[in-house]
Amino acid sequence: MRRYLEGSHAVAEIVRLCKAQVISAYPITPQTHIVESLAQMVADGELNAEFINVESEHSAASVVQGASATGVRTYTATTSQGLLYMIEVLYSIAGLRLPVVLTCANRAVSSPINIWNDHQDSVTVRDAGWLQFYAENNQEACDLHLMAYRLAEDHNIMLPVMVCMDGYILTHAYEVVDLPEQSQVDKFLPDFKPIHCLNPDEPVSMGVLMGPESYIETRYAIHQTMMDALNVIPGIADEFEQVFGRKVHCLIEKYRLEDATQVFVAMGSMVGTVKEIVDGLREDGQKVGLLKVIAHRPFPKRIVYEALKNAREIAVLEKAISLGEEGPLLSDVKSAFCGQGNQPKISGFVLGLGGRDITKKSILEVHDALSGSQVDVKFIDLKI
Amino acid sequence: MVTELFSSGHTACAGCGQALGARLVVETTGPNVIIANATGCLEVFTSRYPESAWGVPWIHSLFQNAAAVASGVEAALRIKGKLDQVRVISQGGDGATADIGMASLSGMFDRGHDILYVCYDNEAYMNTGVQRSGLTPFGSRTTTSPSGKKSFGNPRPKKNIPEIANAHNVPYVATASVAFPKDLQKKVKRALSIRGPKYIQIFVPCPLGWRHDPGLTYEIAKLVVETGLYPILEYQDGKLISVKTIEAAKPVDEYLKLQGRYAHLFTERGKDEIAKIQTIADSNIKKYGLLKEGKEAQKKMAAEKLAEEKIFTTAELSKCDGKDGRPAYFAYKGKVYDTAGSDRWADGAHYNTHFAGSDLTDALVEAPHGDEVFERFKIVGVLKA
Amino acid sequence: MIIPVTSKPRTSKANKTGTWRSGKKPHFIQKECIACRLCVMVCPEGCISGDKRCTYIADYKYCKGCGNCAAVCPVADIEMVKEEWWRETIS
Ligand SMILES: Cc1ncc(C[n+]2csc(CCOP(=O)(O)OP(=O)(O)O)c2C)c(N)n1
Ligand code: SF4
Ligand code: SF4
Ligand code: SF4
Repeated sequence: MRRYLEGSHAVAEIVRLCKAQVISAYPITPQTHIVESLAQMVADGELNAEFINVESEHSAASVVQGASATGVRTYTATTSQGLLYMIEVLYSIAGLRLPVVLTCANRAVSSPINIWNDHQDSVTVRDAGWLQFYAENNQEACDLHLMAYRLAEDHNIMLPVMVCMDGYILTHAYEVVDLPEQSQVDKFLPDFKPIHCLNPDEPVSMGVLMGPESYIETRYAIHQTMMDALNVIPGIADEFEQVFGRKVHCLIEKYRLEDATQVFVAMGSMVGTVKEIVDGLREDGQKVGLLKVIAHRPFPKRIVYEALKNAREIAVLEKAISLGEEGPLLSDVKSAFCGQGNQPKISGFVLGLGGRDITKKSILEVHDALSGSQVDVKFIDLKI
Repeated sequence: MVTELFSSGHTACAGCGQALGARLVVETTGPNVIIANATGCLEVFTSRYPESAWGVPWIHSLFQNAAAVASGVEAALRIKGKLDQVRVISQGGDGATADIGMASLSGMFDRGHDILYVCYDNEAYMNTGVQRSGLTPFGSRTTTSPSGKKSFGNPRPKKNIPEIANAHNVPYVATASVAFPKDLQKKVKRALSIRGPKYIQIFVPCPLGWRHDPGLTYEIAKLVVETGLYPILEYQDGKLISVKTIEAAKPVDEYLKLQGRYAHLFTERGKDEIAKIQTIADSNIKKYGLLKEGKEAQKKMAAEKLAEEKIFTTAELSKCDGKDGRPAYFAYKGKVYDTAGSDRWADGAHYNTHFAGSDLTDALVEAPHGDEVFERFKIVGVLKA
Repeated sequence: MIIPVTSKPRTSKANKTGTWRSGKKPHFIQKECIACRLCVMVCPEGCISGDKRCTYIADYKYCKGCGNCAAVCPVADIEMVKEEWWRETIS
C-alpha cells in the first residue's frame, strides 16, 4: 500500500508489521519520532508488544539484549551520543549472537553538541559485530528493516543488524513509501526461533567467562559469519523480490557504472544528490558513475572491487572521518584494490559533517578535484 | 540435600560468603527462575566456559546492566504469558549495585518490573582486587582506600541502598546476613510471593579481600549483626516490618579485630577511629531499635498484625465496655481499638459522651477532632457487623 | 558460523576443587549430631549431605576445607583435622 509518510513513521510501521515483541528505547533527537510512533501503536493496541521506557540507552540496549536472550523479537533505535553510550552493550549483544535490530538515525557526535546529520556515530561502532546497512531514501530504509530481521534471525547468521538512516534528512522527510501487507511480511519473516534461550526447561548459562583457550574462536565465528552473510544476502534479497515484488539492494547499488572512468562512492542520503550530478555530467558526455555502498559491515570488498575495477579516478565521499587518518570508507575501498594489478587514483572527501548541506556544488567541487593528484582527506565546503 | 541448582566445582575462594549467599538464594527460589548476573566475582567463579555452576537459566552481560537485562527478560516473559510460571532474579556485587549499576537498578525499580534484585554485599570491588566501593564501610582499608600516615582507610560510611530502594516505593526491601540462612531464605520466599520489584541486600564476607581466616566467614557474618553494624531489616511498602534484635550489643572491636582490613585501627592512633565505628553501630541500634525497645516495638508490630486478623462481632465488642475490669474497646470504620493508656478515656467513657463497647464511626462526624487521633490507639482487631 | 558461547548447566562438577585444601579437612564425628542441618546450610560449596542424625558428611572431591561447617555445628560434632591430602584419594 502506497502511503505518504514521514520516514520515522514509515520505519515504525515496518517494525509493527515485523511484530517486534519487546521494544526499548531512550529518547534522542532525531530518533524520537520512530519510538514515539511505536509507543502510540502499543498504546492503541495496534502492536502487541512491551514498550519499556528506560533511564538510558545503555539500559535500552540491555533490555533488548535480555529480551532477545529470552527468545522474543526485539527492537531499539538511537543515534549519536545514545549509540556511543550503548557501545559496550552493542559488543555484548553481538558476542551472544542475539538478533537485535536497531535503527540509527544518524547524527553527529559531541563536542560541540550538534543534532544534525553525519555518519560519525554508526561508523564509529562498525567493529562491534553488527551488520550495518545505510539507506538512501525512506523506501530503502523500510526494505532494509525487513531484510534486517530476516537476516538477523537466520540460523546461519544470528547477529544483530543496524539500519542507518540519515537523521532529519530521512527520518523527518515525508516521502511516498510502499508499505507491504501483513500477509507478505509474515511470509517473508517467519516467527523468531532462537538457537538457545533462557528457559527453565532447558537451562543454559549465557555470557560466560572465556579464557585464552576459547575466546578468539568466538571472534573468528562472528567474522566468518559476516563473510558468509555476503553470500546469504543475495538469496534472501531474491526472496524479498518474490514476496514484495520489488528489488532490494543490500550490499551495493551500481549507478551508471558501465564504461565509467570516474566514479563516486557514497553511502546514505547524499547518494540522491550524487545521482543527479552523475546524470548532469553524463549529459555533458562525461563518463562518470556512482557506487552506492549499502553494507558497510560486512564490507563487500570483492563486489566493490569488481564494480570499480575499470575506473581510473575514484572519489569516496564520506560523512565521517577517522581523525588523524582518513575516512573509514576510503580505507575500505583502497583495501579492495590492495594487491590488484590496476591501481586507480582513489581520493577521499569529507563533507556534510554536523549537517552541513551537501549541495550540487559540493559534489561538483569533488568532481573538479578528481582530475588533480590523489588526496586522502579533502574537506569540502570548508569555511576556513 | 546437595543442591543441583548451584553446583560444587565453582572456583570461589574457600569460605567465600558470596558463594554461600548465592547458593542459599537459588536453593530457595527453586528451578523456575531466570537469573541475570552482573560482572563480578560471582559471575567469574560460576561460569568459566565450558563449565557453569548454575542449574537454572542464567545470563551475564556487563558490569552495570544486570537490572536492565533482567527487565528485558521479564518483559519477554510477560509478552509470552509466562510470568506466572517463571520468576526473574537480578544479582550482583555491591559495586555493581550501589555504584556503576545504580541507574539501571533505579530504572528497574521505577518501572515496577516483577524482579527480585539481590545485592551480595562484600563491601568492595573484589573481582578486580579489593578496591573501594560505595558500600565499603568507614575505616576499612582497600587497595584504593589504603591506610597510611594520613589515612585510616575509607573515610566515608556505606551508602544506604535499602533506603534508596524504599524511596522508589519498592514493595519489599530487606537486608540479611549469611550467618542467618533461615532468615535469608524466609526473606527470599517472602520477596518472591510479592509482585513488583524487590530488593534484598546480603552481607557476604570475603576472606580474601577482608583478610580473615576462611573458617571465620560464619562468625564474622554473625558478629556484624550482633554489634549493630549491619542491621537486619525488613520493609514492606516502605514500612519497617521486622528487625533482627540483639540480646546485648557486642563491642565493635570484637568484630573488627578478626579482619585484616581493620588491622591498622588497632594502634594507639586508631582508637578514635574504632570509637567512630562504635558510634555507627550505636546509632544503628537506636535508629532501628535493635535492642530491647526494638523488641517491644516489634512485638507491637506483630500484635497489630495479629490483631487485625482477630474478628469481633458487635456482641463481643459490647462486652469490652471497660467495666468490672473488662477491656475498654471501641470500633471505628471496621477496626477495633483499645483505649488503654489514653487520658481522655476513663472507666470506658470518653467525656461521658462516648462509651467503650460501641461503634463510634458515626459519632466522629460530630467530634471536634478527625480520625488522626486513632493513631494513638492500639488496634486489636476488626469489627464484623 | 555458529559456535557455542554458552555453558551447560551444572558442568562445574567437572572441576574437583577438593585439591585446593591446604592441610585441613572437616571430620564428621557422627556422634553428637542433632541433624540441625546448619553445616549443610553454611557450606559455600554445597558439598555436605545427610538426612538423619549422624549421617552428615562432606564430599571431599569438592570440599575446600574452609572450616565453616565445623564453626557452625552447635554440638561440636565436626572438627577440622590435619590431612596430607596428597596421600588421600580424591577421586
Ligand atoms: C564498565 C566496567 N568497568 C569496570 C569493570 C571492571 N570490573 C569488573 S568486576 C569489578 C568489581 C566488581 O565488584 P562488585 O560489584 O562489588 O562485585 P564483587 O566482585 O566484589 O563480588 C570491576 C570493577 C568492568 N567489567 N566494566
Ligand atoms: S575474592 Fe572474595 S568474593 Fe571473590 S571469590 Fe574470593 S572470597 Fe569470594
Ligand atoms: S570445610 Fe568448608 S567446604 Fe568443606 S565441607 Fe566444611 S563448609 Fe564445606
Ligand atoms: S551442624 Fe552438626 S549437628 Fe547440625 S547437622 Fe551438621 S553435623 Fe549434625
